[in-house]
Amino acid sequence: MTTSTPSAPASAIDAAMFSTCPVPFTQYDRILLGHGSGGSLTADLIRRLFVPGFSNPVLAALEDQATLNVNGALGTSGARLAFTTDSFVVRPIFFPGGDIGRLAVHGTVNDLAVGGAQPLFLAAAFILEEGLPLADLQRIVASMRTACHEAGVTLVTGDTKVVDRGKGDQIFITTSGIGLVPPGRALSIAHARPGDRILVSGTIGDHGIAIMSVREGLEFETVLESDSASLADLTRSMLEACPDIRAMRDPTRGGVASALNELAEASHVGVELTEAAIPIRPAVRGACEMLGLDPLYVANEGKLLAVVPAARAEELLAVMRRHPLGQNAAVIGDVLAAHPGMVVMKSLVGGARVVTMLAGEQLPRIC
Amino acid sequence: MCLGIPGKVVKTYREHDVLMGKVDFGGIAKNVCLAHVPEVQPGQYVLVHVGFALSMIDENEAQQVFKFLNEMQQLDELKVPSP
Amino acid sequence: MKYLDEYRDTKAARQLADAIARTVTRPWTIMEVCGGQTHTIVKYGIDEILPRGVELVHGPGCPVCVTALEMIDRAHAIAARPEVIFCSFGDMLRVPGSRGDLLQLKAHGSDIRIVYSPLDAVNIAAANPQKKVVFFAIGFETTAPPNAMAVWLAHHRRLHNFSVLVSHVLVPPAMTAILQAPGNRVQGFLGPGHVCTVMGYTEYEPIAAQFKVPIVITGFEPVDMLEGVLLTVRQLEAGAGKVENQYGRAVRREGNPASRQLIVDVFEVCDRKWRGVGLIPQSGYKLRPEFHAHDAERLFDVEGIQTQESTVCISGQVLRGLKKPHDCPAFGKSCTPQNPLGATMVSAEGACAAYYAYGRHLEARHAKADANGTAQPAPAYVQIGAGQ
Repeated sequence: MTTSTPSAPASAIDAAMFSTCPVPFTQYDRILLGHGSGGSLTADLIRRLFVPGFSNPVLAALEDQATLNVNGALGTSGARLAFTTDSFVVRPIFFPGGDIGRLAVHGTVNDLAVGGAQPLFLAAAFILEEGLPLADLQRIVASMRTACHEAGVTLVTGDTKVVDRGKGDQIFITTSGIGLVPPGRALSIAHARPGDRILVSGTIGDHGIAIMSVREGLEFETVLESDSASLADLTRSMLEACPDIRAMRDPTRGGVASALNELAEASHVGVELTEAAIPIRPAVRGACEMLGLDPLYVANEGKLLAVVPAARAEELLAVMRRHPLGQNAAVIGDVLAAHPGMVVMKSLVGGARVVTMLAGEQLPRIC
Repeated sequence: MCLGIPGKVVKTYREHDVLMGKVDFGGIAKNVCLAHVPEVQPGQYVLVHVGFALSMIDENEAQQVFKFLNEMQQLDELKVPSP
Repeated sequence: MKYLDEYRDTKAARQLADAIARTVTRPWTIMEVCGGQTHTIVKYGIDEILPRGVELVHGPGCPVCVTALEMIDRAHAIAARPEVIFCSFGDMLRVPGSRGDLLQLKAHGSDIRIVYSPLDAVNIAAANPQKKVVFFAIGFETTAPPNAMAVWLAHHRRLHNFSVLVSHVLVPPAMTAILQAPGNRVQGFLGPGHVCTVMGYTEYEPIAAQFKVPIVITGFEPVDMLEGVLLTVRQLEAGAGKVENQYGRAVRREGNPASRQLIVDVFEVCDRKWRGVGLIPQSGYKLRPEFHAHDAERLFDVEGIQTQESTVCISGQVLRGLKKPHDCPAFGKSCTPQNPLGATMVSAEGACAAYYAYGRHLEARHAKADANGTAQPAPAYVQIGAGQ
């Protein structure tokens, strides 16, 4: 396997990084159409921003593709390749607790991790809008570098295009990721069985509320932070302690409700949640109450759901709680044979309601 | 029409000649118009709908249902079970 | 959260449900007026813990559902104008007009913004002097003081570019219309808690007296609603018909005098058409002449609106209690929360939207019930108005 050496501790790119170069980084402070044309401006951007930003020999080789040696990691036989891709279009691009770059890395790493894969390599394609301040791009690259380092992945290849002003909302990022699933491991949302228990790794709704509060101009005087984080280390600990986890899912868009509906559908099982057991930060809860939003449908970016045989639930919970990202982990529900495909929640008051799939965006309401 | 939730007034101030306040909802604070509850003091609770305080919450009244339930419970406990 | 959590307490809820079961000697039909109260019933499964004889019927207390189609179309026409920043509560964005909804208009490039408070719209007007900022002022009496304050503030700050499109509706005339409708089955009401924080409840006293029905002004949390039902059935069992205040922590008999004064200063009562129901006289607010400079209906010439309800949608009959959501051929098929044909499917407490989750909910419970042999009755709807 290619080893990359993440160099200096992950800190923001600053002038020091470029101080050895005799030519000033750029006399432009904004992205121009020329930066996407494949000529010297593009080369300039790659050589002076992206390559040092992600500093690894594979990327620095600047081939058209990254050729990677994975034989060592495959073990004797039976390891499988995990491959995923995501696009990130979040607005605003900088928000409390993160930015679009950090989100992109975490999102792709997490998609691999919840499948039981060890995330290894990322590719990133950038679509930049003409006029994007270079300082913003630098910040995002630095943030991605930090996120890659935290997750133990290397960004080995990428692409940049520039579109006319007005044709692309500042920056879009598409990340693809490769990981390896050890032999014998096969998690799937189709594997849940009646009697299994459902765990969540921590408080719900943090990311979506942080974004909404900034984006919709719903200013709160308390700052709510996104929970964007890499789950690779947590999932590793969980799977080491409990190899018979049936499935894991990161509840991003559509929240916990949508992820569990998908699971119920795929496994042809019913799900019953207990409202009182679901962890939520008081500030997030207060914001949801005020806006009339249901936290079950609000996006999370650093949380996971896990389905596990009942006998292993307590043990898995203990393992999760020992991890910094799982301190608020909780058992929130059960898998049943009844009402297959449907998710039901027992309320605080004791009656039950169906937790349906989200129909479009949740909007704040007055009624 | 209906969504109103209780919040605690943290401080009051005036803006464009209108009484406003910073109101805390169990951990999250928002600026709210207090023009129609002018007598409210920091520490007291108001009912807020679309960024506007409709009324003050009366603590005594709030306790009524729980007093009633308590009495009901005590009465139940006194009842002799039928044979 | 204080004054919220304790009203969601399991033990208190069960105690109240038991007390209701001990009180009723025969079946009763009670209507909860507010959409927010319906929301609580569906969310907490309140009907599941009530004894079988007590039937909760959903009223037309959803201002989103009952905003007249002409008004929705007018809003869309104004929002489509390039010089306009159209501000609205989130609820209204997916309500279908004759041709599409505000979200679709937004996708086509119109500047449409969700605001949490009408006062935010005033600030948007101050920040964008070269644009015309229009706020969609819908709601029952609860939202009238904040909407009035927005108009008053804009006037006071001389923000000539700010206007409101007013479509307020009032509860007492609707309640009277329900009670006067032939074949009415409603025997008691859970009155609108937040409306009454503003208006007080003196307006309901003549209604209770004339029709001899209990009207219990009720809050929105599960314990509030269960206590409201208990007080109502106690009156019904005793043959009483008066106004009682369950929501004493927020509601006083005279309401909020400052709010009532501002409403009178800014608005005047007018006739209003309720979508699906028809005209109810003296059931709405419009801006007083002194504020006509901020009246979007006058400022924007949007005559010649051709309204066209979906031919399939039976919202009107549902709101009037003539049909139930599952009587509609489109229910759950071509009409879903993802693709609503009418207002009752869009709003979270519209009967069809509530019933959609509620209906499936009943499926699950029927499956359980078949096993236990104890099915729950489906909710019924009341007939109101004599037609359009």
